[in-house]
Amino acid sequence: MNQAGGEIVKIRERLLKGDKRAAARLITMIENNEAEAVEILKDLYKYTGNAYVIGITGPPGAGKSTLTDKLVKHLRKQNKKIAIIAVDPTSPFTGGAILGDRVRMGDLNTDSNVFIRSMGARGRLGGLSEATRAAVKVLDVYGADYIFIETVGVGQSEIDIVKTCDTTLMVMVPGLGDDIQTIKAGIMEIGDVFAVNKADRDGARRTITEINMMLDFNNENWRPPVIPAIAINNEGIDDILKSINNHMDHMKETGEFKERRIANSKFEIIDLVRQRLMNALLDNSKREKKINELSGMVASREMDPYTAQETIFNYIK
Amino acid sequence: MKRTIRVLVAKPGLDGHDRGAKVIARALRDAGMEVIYTGLRQTPKQIVNAAIQEDVDCVAMSILSGAHNTLFPKVVELLREEDASDILVVGGGVIPGEDIPFLKEKGISEIFTPGTTTDTTIEYIRKNIKRK
Repeated sequence: MNQAGGEIVKIRERLLKGDKRAAARLITMIENNEAEAVEILKDLYKYTGNAYVIGITGPPGAGKSTLTDKLVKHLRKQNKKIAIIAVDPTSPFTGGAILGDRVRMGDLNTDSNVFIRSMGARGRLGGLSEATRAAVKVLDVYGADYIFIETVGVGQSEIDIVKTCDTTLMVMVPGLGDDIQTIKAGIMEIGDVFAVNKADRDGARRTITEINMMLDFNNENWRPPVIPAIAINNEGIDDILKSINNHMDHMKETGEFKERRIANSKFEIIDLVRQRLMNALLDNSKREKKINELSGMVASREMDPYTAQETIFNYIK
Repeated sequence: MKRTIRVLVAKPGLDGHDRGAKVIARALRDAGMEVIYTGLRQTPKQIVNAAIQEDVDCVAMSILSGAHNTLFPKVVELLREEDASDILVVGGGVIPGEDIPFLKEKGISEIFTPGTTTDTTIEYIRKNIKRK
């Protein structure tokens, strides 16, 4: 899709006025790697940084979408403008995806101050898509006060989210394994606030205790609270929002807010460089053919994977 | 780079049968499309809001309750009001043959009745989306 120059200016102007279609279209352009989208973002970057970005993560089926729905409804009572980015997995085989997070957010659909965008992860493994961070910027310019990012249901190390948001809400549920799971490295370390959803189920108290025990070992300034919730019945939602606000206040008072945003920017720059490198190396049908050829040789032991890597890297010399 | 086609699969109206919609959603996914599924009992306004925020290429609706003559044209009309007529609208479900000319006249591009293969639907969407 080639946009005429005038169209680009129009998208920029319309977005600055809070136009929904412009926001939606610009996100699509980013997802499709259109060069014009980057030019618009370069220009608009100075208008970003105002929205507070909240990440919602946790294992599949923990209730992330339902919880997001309830949190947003509470914030809407304070008349805040909200954007939600919901990421779901993309099939590694066909590139297709079923994005179903809207199913749990049906009522938000008629609220003109809530903007929901579903994204396929499109091959990225960190729980977000490559375009997520850019979409956050678009929705920031669009005028959202809060941006919620709901990750793909994560396993043990998909921690992109913490490098993208200001506060991370980790949603857990009872019955996901013994206490050794909670002391492993990875997603358990990234929560600023923990919610144990479906807290009416067997084992909820034990899960809460185990998470608390793990957190007691932390020596950080901020001790993440662990909050029982039953999202579907609206229980615990107030407490979660209070904790998110407390975390926001804590970060702003201690200067951690600024530090975190610097760390996130660093991660973003490195990530963009990595993407560019990968694209430069691999984004070419001829190279695809070469890689397929090398893959065959590596599988049949004619070549080792380290030499294959060197062969590919020689292309950029 | 190949563009990913985005389709909103929606169930307007009051019938609670979404097996067909889910089969279509799955087939479109397997054809490499991104399918946004909205769940049951959506009003035309909800469907149009979702279509705009998600910036889809196509809205595919399924109705089994008999309300298609009211709800399908309403979605087309609301899309037009939002200046979003570049979104392809198709429908499916239990729809009597004599209603199809009326629906097409109202701007629903194609109606897929029971027995249509998923391949037919996929091909139709690929060929007819208005934004390239």
